[in-house]
Amino acid sequence: MSYRIGIDVGGTHTDGILLDAKYQVIAETKCATTEDVSSGIYQAMREVIAKANVQRDRIGFAMLGTTHCTNAIVERKRLNSVAVIRIGAPATLAVKPLIGVPEDLREKLGKYVYIVRGGHEFDGRQMADLDEAELSRIADTLKGKVDSVAVTSVFSPVSKDHELRAAEILHEILGDQVSISLSHEIGSVGLLERENATILNAAVVNVAKTTAQGFMQALREEGIEAKVFLGQNDGTLMSVEYAMKYPILTIACGPTNSIRGASYLSGLGDALVVDVGGTTTDIGVLVNSFPRESSLAVEIGGARTNFRMPDLISIGLGGGTIIRIEEDGSFKVGPDSVGYQLTRRGLVFGGDTLTATDVAVALGKTQLGDPAKVAHLDKGVLQKVYNRIVEMVEEAIDRMKTSADPVPVILVGGGSILLPDEMKGAASVIRPEHFGVANAIGAAISQISGQVERVFSLDELGREKTLELAKQIAVDEAIAAGAEPGSIEIVDIEDVPLAYLPGNATRIRVKAAGNLSVKTEPTLSN
Amino acid sequence: MRYLGKQEIEDIAVGAALLGTGGGGDPYIGKLMTLQAIEEYGPIQLLTVDEVPQDALVVSSGMMGAPTVMIEKAPSGHEARKAFQMLEGFLGQKVFATYPIEAGGLNSMLPLALAAQMGLPVVDVDGMGRAFPELQMATFYLDGIAATPMAIADEKGNVNLIDTIDSLWAERIARSATIQMGGSVMFAIYPMKGRQLKESGIHNILKLEEDLGRTIRLAKEQNTEPIREILAITNGFELFRGKVIDINRKTETGFARGTASMEGLEEYKGETLKLRFQNEHLIAMTEERLLCVTPDLIAVLDAETGVPITTEGLRYGARAVVIGIPCHPKWRTAKGIETCGPGYFGYDVEYLPVEELAKKGVAER
Repeated sequence: MSYRIGIDVGGTHTDGILLDAKYQVIAETKCATTEDVSSGIYQAMREVIAKANVQRDRIGFAMLGTTHCTNAIVERKRLNSVAVIRIGAPATLAVKPLIGVPEDLREKLGKYVYIVRGGHEFDGRQMADLDEAELSRIADTLKGKVDSVAVTSVFSPVSKDHELRAAEILHEILGDQVSISLSHEIGSVGLLERENATILNAAVVNVAKTTAQGFMQALREEGIEAKVFLGQNDGTLMSVEYAMKYPILTIACGPTNSIRGASYLSGLGDALVVDVGGTTTDIGVLVNSFPRESSLAVEIGGARTNFRMPDLISIGLGGGTIIRIEEDGSFKVGPDSVGYQLTRRGLVFGGDTLTATDVAVALGKTQLGDPAKVAHLDKGVLQKVYNRIVEMVEEAIDRMKTSADPVPVILVGGGSILLPDEMKGAASVIRPEHFGVANAIGAAISQISGQVERVFSLDELGREKTLELAKQIAVDEAIAAGAEPGSIEIVDIEDVPLAYLPGNATRIRVKAAGNLSVKTEPTLSN
Repeated sequence: MRYLGKQEIEDIAVGAALLGTGGGGDPYIGKLMTLQAIEEYGPIQLLTVDEVPQDALVVSSGMMGAPTVMIEKAPSGHEARKAFQMLEGFLGQKVFATYPIEAGGLNSMLPLALAAQMGLPVVDVDGMGRAFPELQMATFYLDGIAATPMAIADEKGNVNLIDTIDSLWAERIARSATIQMGGSVMFAIYPMKGRQLKESGIHNILKLEEDLGRTIRLAKEQNTEPIREILAITNGFELFRGKVIDINRKTETGFARGTASMEGLEEYKGETLKLRFQNEHLIAMTEERLLCVTPDLIAVLDAETGVPITTEGLRYGARAVVIGIPCHPKWRTAKGIETCGPGYFGYDVEYLPVEELAKKGVAER
């Protein structure tokens, strides 16, 4: 069991990769992303297996990074029937669940909303006893009406007791068919944002289930009995069982996969990663081999959430970006793109639309298609267009940097052939091998992580000891999730004091990650 | 008198974040509470200070404690009502209207939510013209109006009535009680007569917030740059344009202190700005010169959209415009500067009005 498959779904292409046990690339492929997403995944999987021509029973792992859940939320389609339970009354009544969420989403997800007594204070004291009788009554009325339940308790990132007890009660009455999403496993401090993320999570449970089962079925049809993992947006993996519980964590795993893949391919742990696709360019930051996370509230489908997301900027520039040149020589770069139709509509491929790729080919920056088809164009104007394209990327690079010092820039993605070997702000420009499928590689080589995020009082142990304690919790979590103990490293530490409040209460977040232990059978990952 | 509906609330929240000068807590949760209250109880009555009878009892309302706690343990909506009832019982008079103690951040929104819940009007006035971290940092304090008797209430139903010898003691006792009560409480504070509010308060502050918020919203809709108009509305000055290159935070005695450094862009190229903050931005200076000092307002705005950036939201690489806004003249008295000038916050810098500093800058450049 030594080979692994990695598949990553992008806006334009679905990429597939097959690696051996030493992570050497055996085969790679690129397919068009399909409307239903799944058939594109199956297609990429079949192609890469056919190309690799290895013994099928030796393919032991299959890692999938997909956009199914994002699409379901954005399109408001295929969402579960959800119940929303908040634990915290009498606190929090002044802001009810789903307030501030777009009307159409609120209508879909706000049919069964309850606020019950319970919850904790910031320092872990209990605010009120959990109203277990009320929870039982709610569970009785929900029988047969909902697919999943989202449970959010006040200060559950500090004390998860009430959420865990509520889950027990709900399970007992509703059975195992109804899945329960607990907020402390999804988001951090910030009730409404964490609650929104938990509700969205509950809403896409079945989407994740269908996706994962479909993928496993498609593998089996090819005669492959691989252990399947889904990519999370922090660059680590989760088992199918876990993904069905926490599908929201798959959102934005694509850019994360390409950042991780770029790190692996280039051997760099700290750099900027520029991923040029067909329609957009995503720029992310590698810190300690992992993507830097955004510290700001993130909107998903119009709902404000606070769950971790990679810190990215995205600009409307890709290989298929449409270039419009006016008669007076003025021009416009995008933001629209021919996307996956580049090989049909681009000039060098015999099409009728001038794209960013055509400009690069006409100027001899790269070789693709038939250069004769763009030879008639005015090179002077094209050079200006090209300069503008490079400038757009350079500006975006500058926005993501943490200091004025030049940093290494890793170019990945099929469209990265557009960009030159020298750029402002870049100490060096690195084009690793297999750059076109870095995202699928990132999915295939992902690690297993453990994380802790809690409000600690520094008065008890002091800062140093408290941080040590938090690190140990994160490492233990990673081992429990299936990471090889010897390979675990602390990849992220953040401590933010609570403002306007004396007493040294500090929110600490630590993440540890290690390689997937191939000997043990991992059951969970988070 | 006029009514505030949802659009007005959205605009006021953005303006409040701007006058919050980086601190005061994100008005977001206050905005949601207000929107929910309007949904349940209808629009909010807004009075000008002239519409308040001379002897009517007016009481400010808001939250005290850590905004981080409040965004997790949101209020029940009954706290402020209880605090008001406690105060009414003690003073033997019904409350006529409420008003915000500060114009920045979360506390500029909470009186609106409360007013909708209780059916009270809100007076278009505040005691700071901006946000400040402590209870005595109000124009009322400068004018000798006591913060107490005040009441603080938590969502569990606990209420404290606090009557102290001065506002500094009120600050001390109330903050200690706040921790025991769970880190965030609602208060009813600075009870006074309509006539006192008119003399001591800063007028038409909600209107200013609304104008600022609307300007930023319209600029976004029309894809124009709002900074110039923001400066015109506030009589403010553009101090700097640049990119955040470093943020150094540490927390001391409950305050998020720190320094942000910005590298100049466009006409400021080659200069480095240092922004010193303690929850709010307090000092803006380059290596050569001072640009703006508390109690004048320092706001950091997104360079493209004009949307205010809080100290917590300051991040590497952010492109921002820093503006300085003259504070209310009451803050520029000796007592005003003693109360919330640079010396009070522990900075060895002399206060000079932003207009004078801006003039110097122009002469030098």
